[in-house]
This record gives sequence, structure tokens and C-alpha cells, in this order.
Amino acid sequence: MDFGYSEEQVLFSNSLQKLLSDSYNVDVRRALVEDGPGYSEDVWKAFAEMGLLALPFPEDMGGFDGTSVDTMVVAIELGRHLALEPYVPTVVMAGSALKLAGSDAQKTDLIAKIISGDLKMAVALTEPGSRFDMADVTTRAVANGDDYIISGSKSVVLGGDLADKIIVSVRTSGDTRSEDGLTLFIVDANADGVSRETYSLLDGRGGADIHLENVRVPASAVLGTLDQAWSVMEHVADQASAALCAESLGAFEKVNELTLEYLKVREQFGRPIGKFQVLQHHMADMVIEYEHARSLVCQSSMKADSEDAAERGKAVSSTKVYLGEGGHKSCQSAIQLHGGIGMTAEYELGDFVKRMAISEVLFGDVDHHLVRFGKLSYLD
Amino acid sequence: MDLNYSAEEEAFRQEVRTFLKEKFPQDIGDKTRAGKRYSNVDNGRWQAALYANGWDVPSWPVEHGGTNWTPVQADIFDEECFAVGAPRMVPFGTRLVGPVITNFGSDAQKKKYLPAIRNGDHFWCQGFSEPGAGSDLASLKTRAVLDGDEWVVNGQKTWTSSAQYANWIFCLVRTNTEVKNQEGISFLLIDMATPGVTVRPIVLISGEAPVNEVFLEDVRVPKENLVGEVDMGWTYAKFLLGNERTGIAGVGAGKADLVELKRIARVERKNGKPMIEDPLFQARLSRLEIDLKALELTNMRMLSEVGDGNPGAFASMLKIRGSELQQRFSELQMEATGAYALPWQQGPLEADWNGKAVGPDHAAPRAPLYYDRRKTTIYGGSTEVQKNIITKSLLGL
Ligand SMILES: Cc1cc2nc3c(=O)[nH]c(=O)nc-3n(C[C@H](O)[C@H](O)[C@H](O)COP(=O)(O)OP(=O)(O)OC[C@H]3O[C@@H](n4cnc5c(N)ncnc54)[C@H](O)[C@@H]3O)c2cc1C
Repeated sequence: MDFGYSEEQVLFSNSLQKLLSDSYNVDVRRALVEDGPGYSEDVWKAFAEMGLLALPFPEDMGGFDGTSVDTMVVAIELGRHLALEPYVPTVVMAGSALKLAGSDAQKTDLIAKIISGDLKMAVALTEPGSRFDMADVTTRAVANGDDYIISGSKSVVLGGDLADKIIVSVRTSGDTRSEDGLTLFIVDANADGVSRETYSLLDGRGGADIHLENVRVPASAVLGTLDQAWSVMEHVADQASAALCAESLGAFEKVNELTLEYLKVREQFGRPIGKFQVLQHHMADMVIEYEHARSLVCQSSMKADSEDAAERGKAVSSTKVYLGEGGHKSCQSAIQLHGGIGMTAEYELGDFVKRMAISEVLFGDVDHHLVRFGKLSYLD
Repeated sequence: MDLNYSAEEEAFRQEVRTFLKEKFPQDIGDKTRAGKRYSNVDNGRWQAALYANGWDVPSWPVEHGGTNWTPVQADIFDEECFAVGAPRMVPFGTRLVGPVITNFGSDAQKKKYLPAIRNGDHFWCQGFSEPGAGSDLASLKTRAVLDGDEWVVNGQKTWTSSAQYANWIFCLVRTNTEVKNQEGISFLLIDMATPGVTVRPIVLISGEAPVNEVFLEDVRVPKENLVGEVDMGWTYAKFLLGNERTGIAGVGAGKADLVELKRIARVERKNGKPMIEDPLFQARLSRLEIDLKALELTNMRMLSEVGDGNPGAFASMLKIRGSELQQRFSELQMEATGAYALPWQQGPLEADWNGKAVGPDHAAPRAPLYYDRRKTTIYGGSTEVQKNIITKSLLGL
């Protein structure tokens, strides 16, 4: 067993760290969210130059053949620095959908543009009434000559605000909530009939609800096999969850760092509050949670590429459950240990806490993944 | 033993209900249910309705407008108010400084301040905490020095709730540096319009700015604004902080939270059915409802067994458990809302918003409320400090 980074991983982790600490600080980030486009195009371009946008793609397409562990290394830094760029939606989600199901033409066209930093994408898998059940799809497509006409709504799409193209799950046959009969379509975000309700999420990253009203797409917009998208959707969501959990871990590390530092410098009753045993124990719990979460994040990243849906799903659901509970509770402790300061928006703690909340909920909350783990483990 | 309210208590409950039905401004209740923010005007209208009925300062002595309610009556009143969505009464005038003045103030102070609290002329805020003095309040440094007929005050207060609305602030100030921390503190009433008082808002992780920093720079305060005796302020502050007998547990507010939670869980759907039918969710909801019942009964026991056991430590227990429940309600409400709790929407929380909110109606307030409620285990004596009280005064450890 080896839980360490390879030499290469150390290298790109370090250069990413450097890039993000040079280009980001609290003020820069908040200005981007409050008055700007919600991300930095310069940083995105720098990602392209560093090859980060090429990381998971095959070498013959200009990529580096990276694994989900490589993605984890990147995502941890994105979380630690609260980077706003749509890496997970574009590279991890759309990237894996294209890799898993794309035609040669789709791959050649789109992956090259992702790698060069000229194309941002998002994947829309949930709907206003579906909660976390990705099979609960009411958005429909009907064939019309050589085209399809799509109508329906997709909810809380990460990176949906910035995406040039959106991969949408659509019911082409079967009953609502059936895993059969689902198809992925690549839709141009500016196509006629597409409208977006865009917003900032808790952590400042952008998202959107996407409404499709009689959107006409050619048959070549179908990604993968008609009616057979379910396994691809699951795999993409697992990749996304693994990456978001890694981001959360990076943020978690900062939550603990900030809190430990505060325990040392804040004095009450004539001593640092870190001298109070009850606070020491809370802090120790936070570190215990962090270390165990880290182990599970390693596991889910190592399994996220697996074609074995059950093995992969169990690993990813484990991490979602563990971070969703332990990380959540640690965030509450972190605020508590800070007292009033932990409540202020000016202090950065809340930004990390909110970043972790996004990872906790998107693609399924604790209850969702508990049930999923149970189904994958105890039923066959 | 008897779990039932007496006939008189039930009659009182009816009286309160009738009053609320006739006099409580419905639009304020609508705001509460929609999770919108109150304006200071809303608070004023509610206070005026109570005032007109003689119910604005129930805990005061009768000669100053109090009602002489039993603790159970006071509790029934709170519960009924929350049930219709009445705002939590801004406590600073009516519940905090008012009782200090009725107990320790001079006749002149009673005459000047008490009616002004009731008719809304004076809106108070509480200047206790300082950047360096939170849990260790007695280490406060804001200094008041007598110069002729005036105290000259220098220092900084922080976390001052409602200072943006208030025109008066009651402060703990250091008047003696030669003695033990607790023995050199005085209780001073300061007109916020006095030159040298500056208020700066603090934005919280909820997105709201309900608290402020208050800077005091050579603020000249008439000598007669000191309450009671010089250097005795700590005693009055302890009285003020311990004066709240009812309402600590927040049972009434908890019941209103529970109603809202169930409403959300009936609207939200999971696996094609209302969320409230999901067994995992039910388990969480049941646990919360059971804990609320335990709190309610414990609160009633405390109210009815006055003098039995140690009320100080009992109050700490109720504060700890009540504040945790407030947090858990907001947490489960957010959880029930799912991914639609993730868009950060401040606009829909404003009363005059007429845009379209993202997701279902109940979504926008969820995350702000969840983050706001983290405060409940920090202020009013943090959970850790309350547990220190229990271990010392009840358990003798
Ligand atoms: C929303 C809000 C509104 C407020 N409104 C007002 C107001 O209107 N007026 C006012 O005067 N104040 C107000 N406060 C201040 C509040 O009373 C203080 O925040 C509180 O006393 C805690 O102090 P602190 O924030 O400095 O935290 P600290 O005292 O620094 O506490 C930090 C951490 O150390 C822990 N700790 C401290 N001492 C001990 C100990 N002995 N043993 C174990 N653990 C310990 C605390 O529990 C906490 O976890 C408000 C605070 C908030 C958040």
C-alpha cells in the first residue's frame, strides 16, 4: 500500500499551490464573486498552460492520461485555496462523460477545446423535483426528422452559469424514475430555447437552473447510446463526488489550521483558550475526523475510475457519508471554538465551511449515500 | 403529578389567543413564515400592540406596568406568540435594562427611562462584550473617568446587537483599576447621539449585519446616568444576565420551528413521495420532536418546582439544550430542502423583494438561518461556559 503522492504529483501539486496562492487571496476572491464574473479567466488560462485541463485525457488527444488520484491532488488544492474556476464541471464531469461515452468526433472536437481552455462545460443530472435521484428525469426529447426536440428543467447545475455547452440527461423512453430510457445530449448553452437562471452558490462558485423549451438538437448531439445513459451518468456523478470530496478535504485542512491557530492566540481568563481541556478535545476530534476522511478520500479517488459500479459506488458513498457527517460536525465545532469571530463574514473560516457544505449536498447528501451504500452492499 | 394545565392557565391561554388574533399584525406573521427579515418598524408595531394591551413588560413590577404573571403564564404567552409568528421581542429595553432600572435605578432614572422604553422613544442596545472580553466579560477595559459632573468614556464594545437602530446603550465600564476585575465595573447609560459614539456594522456568515462594533471616544456622559453605586456594576450585570427565568429554553420558538420543518418535509419529495414519509428522515424528525418534548417538560418542571434544586444550573441546562435544538431545527430544515438550499439568495429575505427566488419558496432562508443559528451556542454564555457552571455549582467539581 502507498498513500503518498508520486514525484510527479508532488510537482504539480506544488506548482498549483504556488499559482493559487499567487493569484488568490480573500479580497481577490470576494471581488470576483461580488463584482466580477465569479471566476478568474487568467487562472483558467494558467490551468491550461500548466496542463491541468489536460490531466485526465488520453495522450493521443493531447492529454496526460491522468487518473482520478491525479484529479484528487488537484481538487485538494482547489478546495484549500477556494478556487472558483469550473474545474470539476468541465474537466472532471464533462471530461469523464466524453471519455466514457463520446464518439470520436465529439472527443476530437470538444476535448481539444477543453484542454486549450477555450471551452467550459457542465453536466446537468438533477431536476427541480428529483432530489438526488438521477433516474427521476422528466425532461423529454422527441425525435423530429433527424433532430431531437428537448423540453424540461435541470436544477442546481454546478458551473452551469459559465458553461458554453451543457450535457443534459433526458428521458427518451421508459417511466419517470426508471434507469432505462435515459439519454445524454450535448446542448449549446446559447441554443434557441435554452434559458438559464444563474446564481452564486453558498461558497461563491456559480451554478444555474437550466430551462429547455423545445430545444432542437441534431442526432449528433447524442452522447453515447440512446436510452442507455444510466451507467455513464452514475460514473460521472461518482467522479464528481470523488473530486468534490477531495476539494472538501482541502477546505477541511484549512478549517483545522485556522482553528488551531486561533486556540493559540485568543486569550480569555488570562490564558490562551487552547489551554481549556474541553476545547482541546474538540480540536482533537476535528483532527481525528480529518485523518479518517483523508483515508476515505484516497480510497474513493483510487476507485473512481473503476468500471465495477458497485465497488466504485461503495467507495464514493463511504466518503460522502463520512465527510458529510464528520466534516459537517467539525465545521460546527470550528465556528464554536472561535466564538463570535467565527460568525463574521470578514473572517475566512465561513468561506471554507460553506465550500464543504457544497460538497456535502451536491450529488447526494448523507441519507442518500447511506441508502446507496446499503443497496450496493446488502442487496443483489 | 399532573401534566395538564390548570383551568385558569387554559383560560389565560384563550385570552392570549384572542388578543393575538385581534391585535397581532398578520403581515409580520407572514414574514416570519416566509423566513423574511423584520424591519425595525415591524418590531415597533408589535411592541406597540403589546403596550396597548398592557403586556409589553410582563416581568416588571406591577407599579411600572408589569403583569404579575406566574412563570407558567409567561411561558404560555411566549408559546402562543411564537405560534402566530410573532418576532422574538427585542429584549434589551424590556427584559434587560428595564428590570435593572426598576431594581437598582434612582427615582429620577425610573421616571425618565421606564416610560420611554414602553412607548418606544428609547430603543436600547447592550454594550457588554469587548474585543478582548467575551466569555471573560469581567476583563473589560472600556474606561470611564469622572471629570466634574461627567463621566468621560473611552473604549470599544463589540457584537452589539441592534446598535444600528438603538438610541441608547447600557454599558459596563471600568471605573476602578485598583481592585479585582469584578469590583471596578460600573453600569452606565449612554445616549448614542453623544459626540464620540461611532457604530460600525459587522456582517455575519448569514449575510446579515445584526451586530456592530461601537467605538467610544471621549464620550461625555452625565454623572446621573450611572445606575446604582459606582463599582457595583458587576452585581447588576449578574442580576441582568440571570434575570431571565422563562424563555431561556426557547420551547415556543422550537414548536414554531417544528411546524415549519414539517411543512417543508411535506412539500419536498423523495423517491416519489413526500419527504416526511421517508423512514430515514422520519427518524431524524422523531428524534428532534422527542428532544423538544423533553426540553418542554424539563422547562415546565423547572418553572413549577421553583426553589427545588439549583435554579442557576438548571437554567444553564435549558440554555444548552434549547440552543442546540434551535440549531438542529435549522439544520434539518436545510437538509430537507436538498440542493436548493445551496444557491446563496439574500434578496428574497428582504421584505420588499419582488423578484423570483430560485427553487421552492422555503429554500432561500434555509442556509442563512442555519449559519445564523450557530450563534445560539456562543452568545448568552457559550455552551462551554454553561457547562462550567453546571460542573461547578451543581456538581461541585
Ligand atoms: C450574534 C451575536 C450577538 C451578540 N449580541 C451581543 C450584544 O448585544 N451585546 C453584547 O454585549 N454581546 C453580544 N454578543 C457577544 C457574546 O456575548 C460573546 O460572543 C460571547 O460572550 C462569547 O465571547 P467571544 O465571542 O469573545 O468568544 P470567546 O470568549 O473568545 O470564546 C471562544 C471559545 O472559547 C470558549 N471558552 C471561553 N472561555 C472558556 C472556558 N473558561 N472554558 C472552556 N471554554 C471556554 C468559548 O466557549 C468559545 O468556544 C453577541 C454575540 C453574537 C455572536
